[in-house]
Amino acid sequence: MQSKDSRLRVRRIDNITQVEFIDRNILDEGNIQAIAEEIARLIESDPSPRLLICFQNVDHLSSAALGALITINNKVRDRRGQLRLSNIDPQIQEVFAITRLTKIFQIHETAEEAIRSFKPA
Amino acid sequence: MTHDQQPMTESASLSVANDRVQIDRAIEQVAAALDRFGYDKASRFAVKLSLQEGLANAIFHGHKDLPPATPVRLEYSVSPSEVRLSISDQGPGFDPGSVPDPTLDENLERPCGRGIMLIRSYMTEVSYGPGGNRVDMRYARPSAATSP
Repeated sequence: MQSKDSRLRVRRIDNITQVEFIDRNILDEGNIQAIAEEIARLIESDPSPRLLICFQNVDHLSSAALGALITINNKVRDRRGQLRLSNIDPQIQEVFAITRLTKIFQIHETAEEAIRSFKPA
Repeated sequence: MTHDQQPMTESASLSVANDRVQIDRAIEQVAAALDRFGYDKASRFAVKLSLQEGLANAIFHGHKDLPPATPVRLEYSVSPSEVRLSISDQGPGFDPGSVPDPTLDENLERPCGRGIMLIRSYMTEVSYGPGGNRVDMRYARPSAATSP
Protein backbone atom coordinates (compact mmCIF):
# COMPACT_ATOMS: atom_id res chain seq x y z
CA MET A 1 0.00 0.00 0.00
CA GLN A 2 1.42 3.37 -0.97
CA SER A 3 1.16 6.27 1.45
CA LYS A 4 0.07 9.68 0.24
CA ASP A 5 3.66 10.87 0.76
CA SER A 6 5.11 8.13 -1.41
CA ARG A 7 7.83 9.18 -3.86
CA LEU A 8 7.14 6.03 -5.89
CA ARG A 9 4.64 4.70 -8.40
CA VAL A 10 4.13 1.00 -7.77
CA ARG A 11 2.31 -1.49 -10.01
CA ARG A 12 2.09 -5.23 -9.73
CA ILE A 13 1.62 -7.10 -13.00
CA ASP A 14 2.07 -10.86 -13.47
CA ASN A 15 3.78 -11.25 -10.09
CA ILE A 16 6.31 -8.58 -10.97
CA THR A 17 6.44 -5.47 -8.82
CA GLN A 18 7.26 -2.46 -10.98
CA VAL A 19 8.54 0.67 -9.29
CA GLU A 20 8.98 4.11 -10.85
CA PHE A 21 10.28 7.25 -9.20
CA ILE A 22 8.19 10.39 -9.06
CA ASP A 23 11.21 12.68 -8.56
CA ARG A 24 13.59 13.57 -11.38
CA ASN A 25 16.44 14.04 -8.91
CA ILE A 26 17.11 11.34 -6.33
CA LEU A 27 19.56 13.22 -4.18
CA ASP A 28 18.01 14.01 -0.85
CA GLU A 29 19.22 11.68 1.90
CA GLY A 30 15.89 11.82 3.74
CA ASN A 31 13.91 11.01 0.60
CA ILE A 32 16.33 8.24 -0.34
CA GLN A 33 15.90 6.63 3.05
CA ALA A 34 12.09 6.85 2.75
CA ILE A 35 12.21 5.36 -0.76
CA ALA A 36 14.50 2.54 0.38
CA GLU A 37 12.21 1.74 3.30
CA GLU A 38 9.16 1.68 1.04
CA ILE A 39 10.86 -0.66 -1.42
CA ALA A 40 12.08 -2.80 1.49
CA ARG A 41 8.47 -3.23 2.60
CA LEU A 42 7.52 -4.34 -0.92
CA ILE A 43 10.34 -6.89 -0.88
CA GLU A 44 9.42 -8.19 2.58
CA SER A 45 5.76 -8.59 1.60
CA ASP A 46 6.69 -11.08 -1.13
CA PRO A 47 8.17 -14.53 -0.38
CA SER A 48 9.98 -14.55 -3.73
CA PRO A 49 10.15 -10.95 -4.93
CA ARG A 50 10.51 -10.10 -8.60
CA LEU A 51 11.23 -6.40 -8.61
CA LEU A 52 11.71 -4.03 -11.54
CA ILE A 53 12.95 -0.52 -10.78
CA CYS A 54 12.40 1.79 -13.73
CA PHE A 55 14.44 5.02 -13.92
CA GLN A 56 12.44 6.54 -16.76
CA ASN A 57 11.98 9.96 -15.16
CA VAL A 58 15.29 10.22 -13.34
CA ASP A 59 17.89 12.83 -14.36
CA HIS A 60 20.22 12.78 -11.35
CA LEU A 61 21.17 10.13 -8.84
CA SER A 62 23.50 10.55 -5.86
CA SER A 63 25.94 8.06 -4.39
CA ALA A 64 23.54 7.75 -1.45
CA ALA A 65 20.89 6.51 -3.90
CA LEU A 66 23.39 4.00 -5.30
CA GLY A 67 23.99 2.80 -1.76
CA ALA A 68 20.26 2.37 -1.23
CA LEU A 69 20.03 0.32 -4.44
CA ILE A 70 22.81 -1.96 -3.20
CA THR A 71 20.93 -2.49 0.07
CA ILE A 72 17.77 -3.26 -1.93
CA ASN A 73 19.70 -5.72 -4.09
CA ASN A 74 21.00 -7.47 -0.97
CA LYS A 75 17.48 -7.74 0.48
CA VAL A 76 16.12 -9.20 -2.77
CA ARG A 77 18.96 -11.70 -2.92
CA ASP A 78 18.41 -12.71 0.73
CA ARG A 79 14.85 -13.70 -0.25
CA ARG A 80 16.07 -15.51 -3.36
CA GLY A 81 14.27 -12.93 -5.46
CA GLN A 82 15.18 -11.16 -8.69
CA LEU A 83 15.92 -7.48 -9.27
CA ARG A 84 16.10 -5.71 -12.62
CA LEU A 85 16.77 -2.05 -13.45
CA SER A 86 15.61 -0.37 -16.64
CA ASN A 87 15.27 2.87 -18.61
CA ILE A 88 18.41 4.44 -17.18
CA ASP A 89 19.49 7.73 -18.73
CA PRO A 90 22.87 7.35 -20.53
CA GLN A 91 24.56 9.77 -18.14
CA ILE A 92 23.35 7.83 -15.12
CA GLN A 93 24.28 4.59 -16.88
CA GLU A 94 27.80 6.00 -17.01
CA VAL A 95 27.71 6.46 -13.22
CA PHE A 96 26.83 2.76 -12.87
CA ALA A 97 29.72 1.91 -15.19
CA ILE A 98 32.27 4.13 -13.40
CA THR A 99 31.35 2.62 -10.04
CA ARG A 100 31.36 -0.89 -11.61
CA LEU A 101 27.84 -1.45 -10.30
CA THR A 102 26.98 -2.81 -13.74
CA LYS A 103 28.64 -5.94 -12.36
CA ILE A 104 26.06 -6.51 -9.64
CA PHE A 105 22.89 -5.11 -11.25
CA GLN A 106 21.02 -6.51 -14.23
CA ILE A 107 20.29 -3.40 -16.28
CA HIS A 108 17.98 -3.41 -19.30
CA GLU A 109 17.28 -0.74 -21.84
CA THR A 110 13.50 -0.99 -21.55
CA ALA A 111 10.99 -2.20 -18.97
CA GLU A 112 9.62 -4.70 -21.51
CA GLU A 113 13.06 -6.23 -22.00
CA ALA A 114 13.58 -6.37 -18.23
CA ILE A 115 10.20 -8.07 -17.70
CA ARG A 116 11.08 -10.71 -20.30
CA SER A 117 14.34 -11.43 -18.47
CA PHE A 118 12.70 -12.54 -15.21
CA LYS A 119 12.88 -16.24 -14.54
CA PRO A 120 9.59 -17.87 -13.43
CA ALA A 121 9.04 -17.48 -9.68
CA MET B 1 31.80 46.63 -21.61
CA THR B 2 28.12 46.86 -22.56
CA HIS B 3 25.35 45.27 -20.54
CA ASP B 4 25.03 42.59 -23.23
CA GLN B 5 28.55 41.30 -22.76
CA GLN B 6 29.19 38.17 -20.70
CA PRO B 7 31.43 38.78 -17.66
CA MET B 8 34.65 36.81 -17.86
CA THR B 9 34.02 35.06 -14.55
CA GLU B 10 31.02 34.64 -12.32
CA SER B 11 31.77 33.82 -8.70
CA ALA B 12 30.08 33.73 -5.32
CA SER B 13 30.44 32.45 -1.79
CA LEU B 14 27.46 30.76 -0.15
CA SER B 15 26.61 29.36 3.28
CA VAL B 16 24.75 26.06 3.04
CA ALA B 17 23.18 24.37 6.07
CA ASN B 18 21.74 20.86 6.37
CA ASP B 19 18.54 21.86 4.64
CA ARG B 20 17.36 20.42 1.33
CA VAL B 21 16.08 23.77 0.09
CA GLN B 22 19.45 25.45 0.74
CA ILE B 23 21.37 22.55 -0.83
CA ASP B 24 19.15 22.53 -3.94
CA ARG B 25 19.32 26.32 -4.24
CA ALA B 26 23.13 26.27 -4.11
CA ILE B 27 23.36 23.52 -6.74
CA GLU B 28 20.89 25.28 -9.02
CA GLN B 29 22.71 28.60 -8.61
CA VAL B 30 25.93 27.02 -9.88
CA ALA B 31 24.07 25.14 -12.63
CA ALA B 32 22.45 28.40 -13.75
CA ALA B 33 25.90 30.00 -14.02
CA LEU B 34 27.01 27.09 -16.24
CA ASP B 35 23.95 27.66 -18.41
CA ARG B 36 24.82 31.34 -18.79
CA PHE B 37 28.28 30.35 -20.02
CA GLY B 38 26.81 27.82 -22.43
CA TYR B 39 28.19 24.64 -20.86
CA ASP B 40 26.60 21.54 -22.35
CA LYS B 41 24.42 18.91 -20.71
CA ALA B 42 27.32 16.56 -19.93
CA SER B 43 29.27 19.35 -18.18
CA ARG B 44 26.20 20.37 -16.25
CA PHE B 45 25.71 16.75 -15.14
CA ALA B 46 29.37 16.39 -14.09
CA VAL B 47 29.42 19.61 -12.08
CA LYS B 48 26.02 19.09 -10.46
CA LEU B 49 26.89 15.53 -9.45
CA SER B 50 30.27 16.54 -8.01
CA LEU B 51 28.78 19.50 -6.18
CA GLN B 52 26.00 17.32 -4.76
CA GLU B 53 28.51 14.73 -3.56
CA GLY B 54 30.88 17.35 -2.13
CA LEU B 55 28.09 19.08 -0.22
CA ALA B 56 26.71 15.73 1.00
CA ASN B 57 30.15 14.71 2.28
CA ALA B 58 30.60 18.03 4.08
CA ILE B 59 27.09 18.22 5.53
CA PHE B 60 26.25 14.59 6.29
CA HIS B 61 29.73 13.32 7.19
CA GLY B 62 31.78 16.41 8.13
CA HIS B 63 28.96 17.93 10.16
CA LYS B 64 27.55 14.63 11.42
CA ASP B 65 28.04 15.63 15.07
CA LEU B 66 27.24 19.32 14.66
CA PRO B 67 23.86 21.08 14.82
CA PRO B 68 21.99 20.93 11.46
CA ALA B 69 22.06 24.71 11.16
CA THR B 70 25.88 24.74 11.08
CA PRO B 71 26.69 25.91 7.56
CA VAL B 72 29.32 24.69 5.17
CA ARG B 73 30.93 27.23 2.87
CA LEU B 74 30.68 26.86 -0.89
CA GLU B 75 32.80 29.10 -3.09
CA TYR B 76 32.52 28.82 -6.82
CA SER B 77 33.68 30.51 -9.95
CA VAL B 78 32.56 29.84 -13.48
CA SER B 79 34.40 31.13 -16.53
CA PRO B 80 34.19 30.24 -20.21
CA SER B 81 36.93 27.63 -19.77
CA GLU B 82 36.52 26.15 -16.29
CA VAL B 83 34.46 25.76 -13.15
CA ARG B 84 36.07 25.89 -9.72
CA LEU B 85 34.29 24.69 -6.59
CA SER B 86 35.57 24.82 -3.02
CA ILE B 87 33.60 23.34 -0.14
CA SER B 88 34.74 23.87 3.47
CA ASP B 89 33.13 22.34 6.52
CA GLN B 90 33.60 22.91 10.24
CA GLY B 91 33.96 19.23 11.12
CA PRO B 92 37.05 17.38 12.31
CA GLY B 93 38.21 16.60 8.77
CA PHE B 94 38.98 13.21 7.29
CA ASP B 95 41.71 11.42 5.40
CA PRO B 96 40.46 10.88 1.83
CA GLY B 97 43.10 8.16 1.44
CA SER B 98 41.39 6.12 4.15
CA VAL B 99 38.23 5.58 2.07
CA PRO B 100 38.36 2.09 0.53
CA ASP B 101 38.22 1.85 -3.26
CA PRO B 102 34.53 1.07 -3.90
CA THR B 103 35.26 -0.43 -7.31
CA LEU B 104 37.27 -3.36 -5.92
CA ASP B 105 35.35 -6.62 -6.13
CA GLU B 106 35.34 -7.02 -2.36
CA ASN B 107 33.80 -3.54 -1.89
CA LEU B 108 31.20 -3.56 -4.66
CA GLU B 109 28.37 -4.47 -2.32
CA ARG B 110 29.25 -1.92 0.32
CA PRO B 111 26.49 0.68 0.29
CA CYS B 112 28.76 3.70 0.87
CA GLY B 113 32.05 5.28 -0.18
CA ARG B 114 31.28 6.21 -3.80
CA GLY B 115 30.93 9.98 -3.50
CA ILE B 116 34.66 10.73 -3.49
CA MET B 117 35.41 8.44 -6.42
CA LEU B 118 32.58 10.00 -8.45
CA ILE B 119 33.99 13.47 -7.79
CA ARG B 120 37.43 12.26 -8.89
CA SER B 121 35.92 10.68 -12.00
CA TYR B 122 33.99 13.72 -13.16
CA MET B 123 36.29 16.56 -12.09
CA THR B 124 39.55 17.45 -13.83
CA GLU B 125 41.40 18.14 -10.56
CA VAL B 126 40.50 17.42 -6.95
CA SER B 127 42.54 18.31 -3.89
CA TYR B 128 41.91 18.40 -0.17
CA GLY B 129 42.94 21.04 2.35
CA PRO B 130 45.50 20.04 5.01
CA GLY B 131 42.87 19.53 7.71
CA GLY B 132 40.78 17.28 5.50
CA ASN B 133 37.75 19.52 5.82
CA ARG B 134 38.05 21.39 2.56
CA VAL B 135 37.80 20.02 -0.95
CA ASP B 136 38.81 22.02 -4.02
CA MET B 137 37.61 20.89 -7.43
CA ARG B 138 38.29 22.13 -10.93
CA TYR B 139 36.33 21.18 -14.01
CA ALA B 140 37.98 22.11 -17.30
CA ARG B 141 35.52 22.59 -20.09
CA PRO B 142 36.06 19.90 -22.73
CA SER B 143 37.86 21.32 -25.74
CA ALA B 144 38.12 24.51 -23.70
CA ALA B 145 40.07 27.67 -24.40
CA THR B 146 37.14 28.61 -26.57
CA SER B 147 34.37 31.04 -25.97
CA PRO B 148 30.97 29.69 -24.89
